[in-house]
Amino acid sequence: MTAIALGVPRRLVEFTIDGQEARVPEGSTILDACRAAGKDVPTLCQGDTLTPKNACRVCVVEVEGSRTLVPACSRRAEPGMEVRTDTERARHSRKIVLELLASSVDLSTTPMVAGWIKEYDAKPDRFGPAAARLNEEPKIDNDLYVRDYDKCILCYKCVDACGDQWQNTFAISVSGRGFDARIAVEHDAPLTDSACVYCGNCIEVCPTGALSFKSEYDRRVAGNWDESVQTQTTTVCAYCGVGCNLTLHVQDNEIVKVTSPHDNPVTHGNLCIKGRFGYQHVQNRG
Amino acid sequence: MDLHFGDSKPTDDERAAVDALFGPPQSSWEGADRSDADLRWARGGREARDRRDLLLPGLHAINDRIGWISEGALDYLCRRLTVPPAEAYGVATFYAMFSVEPRPATVLHVCTDLACAAAGASGLCAGIESRLGVGSGVSVERSPCLGLCERAPAALAVKAGNPVRTAVSAPASVEAAVLAASAPDSAPEERPAAGAVPQAGDPSLILLNRVGVVDPSSLDDYRAHGGYTALRRAFALGPSGIIREVTDSGLLGRGGAAFPTGRKWQATASQPDHPHYLVCNADESEPGTFKDRVLMEGDPYALVEAMTVAAYAVGAHKGYLYLRGEYPRALHRMQYAVDCARARGLLGDDILGQGYAFDIEIRRGAGAYICGEETALFNSIEGYRGEPRSKPPFPVEKGLFGKPTVENNVETLVNVLPILTMGAPAYAAIGTPRSTGPKLFCVSGTVEHPGVYELPFGATLGELLALAGVRENLRAVLLGGAAGGFVRPDDLDVPLTFEGTREAGTTLGSGVVMAFDDTVPMPRLLLRIAEFFRDESCGQCVPCRVGTVRQEEALHRIVERTGADAADDIALLREVGRAMRDASICGLGQTAWNAVESAIDRLGAYE
Ligand code: SF4
Ligand code: SF4
Ligand code: SF4
Ligand code: FES
Ligand code: FES
Repeated sequence: MTAIALGVPRRLVEFTIDGQEARVPEGSTILDACRAAGKDVPTLCQGDTLTPKNACRVCVVEVEGSRTLVPACSRRAEPGMEVRTDTERARHSRKIVLELLASSVDLSTTPMVAGWIKEYDAKPDRFGPAAARLNEEPKIDNDLYVRDYDKCILCYKCVDACGDQWQNTFAISVSGRGFDARIAVEHDAPLTDSACVYCGNCIEVCPTGALSFKSEYDRRVAGNWDESVQTQTTTVCAYCGVGCNLTLHVQDNEIVKVTSPHDNPVTHGNLCIKGRFGYQHVQNRG
Repeated sequence: MDLHFGDSKPTDDERAAVDALFGPPQSSWEGADRSDADLRWARGGREARDRRDLLLPGLHAINDRIGWISEGALDYLCRRLTVPPAEAYGVATFYAMFSVEPRPATVLHVCTDLACAAAGASGLCAGIESRLGVGSGVSVERSPCLGLCERAPAALAVKAGNPVRTAVSAPASVEAAVLAASAPDSAPEERPAAGAVPQAGDPSLILLNRVGVVDPSSLDDYRAHGGYTALRRAFALGPSGIIREVTDSGLLGRGGAAFPTGRKWQATASQPDHPHYLVCNADESEPGTFKDRVLMEGDPYALVEAMTVAAYAVGAHKGYLYLRGEYPRALHRMQYAVDCARARGLLGDDILGQGYAFDIEIRRGAGAYICGEETALFNSIEGYRGEPRSKPPFPVEKGLFGKPTVENNVETLVNVLPILTMGAPAYAAIGTPRSTGPKLFCVSGTVEHPGVYELPFGATLGELLALAGVRENLRAVLLGGAAGGFVRPDDLDVPLTFEGTREAGTTLGSGVVMAFDDTVPMPRLLLRIAEFFRDESCGQCVPCRVGTVRQEEALHRIVERTGADAADDIALLREVGRAMRDASICGLGQTAWNAVESAIDRLGAYE
């Protein structure tokens, strides 16, 4: 996000980040300010179009006078705040969070995380071979998308996207609690028995690949998913008059998935089942 | 909203349980049979959705009548309230007292927490389980602290039906617990609340002075013993006058955080946004704590009066009493007291003819320690999962239903009565300059007379333990409950004040004092604490959700090890504990490691 106000002028908040003066429009988060200042703060559960649940705690920073560390992604900047982003204390917590996550779920398809694990010298293996893991089989119960909760970090983004922040379908929610908490539809039923309308908006926001297109999942299983050779083309959906933007991901001359740009002021990345999944006719080559 | 309901239907019983709460459904939109009129317009919708906060009472209604919550029952409840079934399922599976799997109508909760463990809970469990095998119609569940620690070991039987029946067995033997489960109606009567107050009847008591003296069901008896003089004084002082008195009294919140009550009230009272709410936190779930239960069971009208005073001071017309689900007797007594007070004009539209309107609604928790965290409690009342919210914004600004809310626990509120009757200066003269007034302590474990004790702040740990009859071979004392810390037998001169315990590197917390002699195996106890936090973590944030699991694993590994063999795992515990304290969202994760750390550092638990 840009830290330059584009709408109605807002007051500027002055504070310091790592000793440097920072000025951001009122309402900006510490993370907005850090990014505007070119500081690198890792994030996992934060998303550009959703209210962060601040659940992963990998973005924590030190704020002078605060007893605990604070999540940069959701704490608003306040005048006079003294923020420190890279102290030993903040780094320690980030490292432990990365270790805890990597020891309990499969982060192999989570972008950036491998780099952070290296940067923070995280050693997920030190909890021993018996460390509890999710160890769940992927749920493949429909032809459109796969739920592989073994990769889920419980960021709540899919729940928010399916619920009141985007889709208003409320097909999924968090069930259980503690380490046993899982994303589930009611009674843990298959997706096909739920309220899901297959808009795929939850896949759009999932930061870990726990939710993925069946097409992507199948290719990964077959070993021929290769992002480096894919092209992305943004176009307009032809199904109805709304004019949603579609980004077609193409590999080997085949559409392998469809996303939508989040900075589109009309859709913010939302699509319906047709725009998201209805592309097969394009590649029916008879 | 795009609701989808499966085709599972409620049974007649399930439907009746829900309808008993909401009345019969008015249209097919909320679950009745389809009529011609239903095809022409939609009803339910917003109106029903605005009652989302009745989700938890609805789940209780089903669970109470049937013993568990089936798909059909959940769907029907969701229809009645326009709640998406996935969300309701998320709420139902959050609470330990609900089950979404079929189970027998009777559940026997057997406490395996600290005081009960020290009193032989594991043997008791084994005995009960061998007597009540499969097919007995009783499901035996190991439970965290039931708040009956002064009578450890304890068991609570809940038999679903209309009405639901409960029976407490404490101290429990195998026979007594089995009897309570198989025939709750004919189980022997529970000991009166005053039995938990060894000082009962002592005229110098301030907070406990009516416990065991008045008849807890009689409003007249309460008034004959000084009841409702504080409310009269409150009306004479006016809201700002009350807040001034409470501020001058120096009253600090008794729930563990020790925040100045007057400041909290002032901040809420001055919020321009309305309505304001009052919430009394009676979700006393800290292992080792039972004082709020004793107050509610022994002197229920005092809490009704205190809530009325607090509401008047902060400008609230509605108060919620959030009472933990494991306290059936306190629930009955409080419900009866609230109903009587309402019938006599002490709650309702025009209290004491002063033109002030206030009423209390009781909400029952369903087995989740985290719901004692103030913002988690709001979510729970509102019908959401009891997950803490991140702060800021603080409750005084945006609390229950997003409105300015003051939340105090039972003990804090009950202190307001003597402040008003004796006046702030006299109250502030009790205790020490920084910890004023009387304080309740829950003493349990290996002592002769476990129970709730009232002492002025400043008495020492040794004095308190002497009153309770400490036994020889004291090995350790846990202060402040599972979220608190251990001290050693040579720490007995620690003054029991907020500042004194802080200086001694420990905490007063909620007033738990649990003594353990050298027969209690320390590593097992620490493991139980870790297990408790792993079970009770809401699961929202990573440091706590995974950290509590990793800590429990490390403690398992070192249960039989000491010295150099344990060093690696202790280092791991420390590193994880530090991140949990620094990076968790709420107090549960932030304090989960305190007690174990103190046992390692102060008691040398693994040396
Ligand atoms: S596909 Fe759409 S409707 Fe289905 S769970 Fe995901 S966000 Fe909800
Ligand atoms: S499935 Fe993905 S979006 Fe949903 S909680 Fe898990 S990681 Fe987050
Ligand atoms: S610290 Fe634990 S209980 Fe608190 S929000 Fe995080 S996971 Fe939930
Ligand atoms: S990115 Fe801030 S808590 Fe997850
Ligand atoms: S009732 Fe068992 S420990 Fe409190």
